[in-house]
Amino acid sequence: MMLTVENIHVYYGAIHAIKGISFDVNEGEVVALIGANGAGKSTTLQTVSGIMHPRSGKITFLGEDITHTDGYKLPAKGLAQVPEGRRIFLQMTVMENLEMGAYVQKGKVPEADFENVFSHFPRLKERRSQIAGTLSGGEQQMLAMGRALMSHPKLLMLDEPSMGLAPILVEEIFNIIQEFHASGTTILLVEQNAEMALQIADRAYVLESGSIALSGTGAELAQSDEIKKAYLGG
Amino acid sequence: MTFLNYLLSGISLGSIYAIIALGYTMVYGIAKMLNFAHGDVIMVGAYICFFAVSRFALPPLVGVLAAMAVCTVLGILVERLAYKPLRAAPSLAVLITAIGVSYFLQNGAQLLWTPNPKVFSSVVGTGRLALFGGQLTVSYVTITTIVSCIVIMVALTLFTGNTKMGKAMRACSEDKGAAQLMGINVNSTISVTFAIGSGLAAIAGVLLCSAYPNLVPTTGSMPGIKAFTAAVFGGIGSIPGAFLGGLLLGVIEIFAKAYISTQLSDAVVFAVLIVVLLVKPTGLLGKQIREKV
Repeated sequence: MMLTVENIHVYYGAIHAIKGISFDVNEGEVVALIGANGAGKSTTLQTVSGIMHPRSGKITFLGEDITHTDGYKLPAKGLAQVPEGRRIFLQMTVMENLEMGAYVQKGKVPEADFENVFSHFPRLKERRSQIAGTLSGGEQQMLAMGRALMSHPKLLMLDEPSMGLAPILVEEIFNIIQEFHASGTTILLVEQNAEMALQIADRAYVLESGSIALSGTGAELAQSDEIKKAYLGG
Repeated sequence: MTFLNYLLSGISLGSIYAIIALGYTMVYGIAKMLNFAHGDVIMVGAYICFFAVSRFALPPLVGVLAAMAVCTVLGILVERLAYKPLRAAPSLAVLITAIGVSYFLQNGAQLLWTPNPKVFSSVVGTGRLALFGGQLTVSYVTITTIVSCIVIMVALTLFTGNTKMGKAMRACSEDKGAAQLMGINVNSTISVTFAIGSGLAAIAGVLLCSAYPNLVPTTGSMPGIKAFTAAVFGGIGSIPGAFLGGLLLGVIEIFAKAYISTQLSDAVVFAVLIVVLLVKPTGLLGKQIREKV
């Protein structure tokens, strides 16, 4: 088991945002957390990333209890996150953003790591010395994903990678997620776009107001009447 | 030649403002707080150097290094004890705390070192260099100040542009959450920033008191405020902005003293600041990158 989340409860002050969620991610899987806005998907991801900490419950990553580990220590353990809204460093160049992604690597960043990112995102290579704030929304999403790849993550978590992108770009982004997966990275995907997420997910969990309402394989959930009605437009 | 003399004094005073302003602007850039105690760190640096040189008869360079070491530790301690617990607090609470730290340092200095002025002896001597057959004389202090400022500026630019730590500092100043996701320890990066700023403040204190030898516990407060003005003038958060703002402020101040009125010089300086901020609210080099969506 790569990641195990056991019965976590997370609060924003007095607000009980996550009410006892449990799920797990096996090595080599694509697991999706889907659900409506405010269901607690991003909070769950932030808790796994160590940006927030649960009041109770346990999170285990590769056999190690990381429930209360400071977030900045996790990338070195093989956990990377592409945050919601991309959060690239807008005033730094594309190359500098990628270097920051490789921050946990000791010494000089190997050229091959940059080339690996550019092989997935050729457009970033053309814009390597450009200031990231001048990239288009799709390019910024690609940079955020490339940046996360630079730390050689074992588990890559993506928070709403399709948000605010044109449908054609959404397709492209999902294709690349599948490329990452094919090259051996385990994926935990948080998405409002349930249709796309279920297409690529081995398994998925449906979140509703801070709890897991349903879970199953991607194909099962895509067929489920409940899901169709709630998230897939009939 | 008097014009050139005024210009040189202005650049020299401006260099001191610039070195102090760098500390303000770096801390603001990364911690998003105005460290109003920064000016008083200058004063502490000057006292340490004073005692090292006058009481313990150490060489001036050792005095400067001792001042830098003490101020660096002081900067880290102040951040740890006073500001770090307020990381999530409203910025007003942090601002008031900074003013409190400023008074604490001033009163601590009064208690330790008495309010009686100390006469600081210049770390580079009182010699002057005569140029153009003696028509223009430049003191060694002026030369040292200007050269120090340029060296610091170049070193900081290289540091933030080319080193891993420097880039991590820029990443933190832009987005602490994202920096943390990269594996950057934001708290230690903030500590490093305070350490650098305070070390620079020590240099500024020594240079300031070498040029204006009257050392009292409030020595740092007016230059601190001027340097803060310089940082805002140049665009707070911007390192070249602090440099440019500091130099301009120094030159404007000296020219105002020379050609307008000694009493009104500060008023002129602040009037220029107001005009600049009216025309360009982000300061001369303040960045406003438009984000594409």
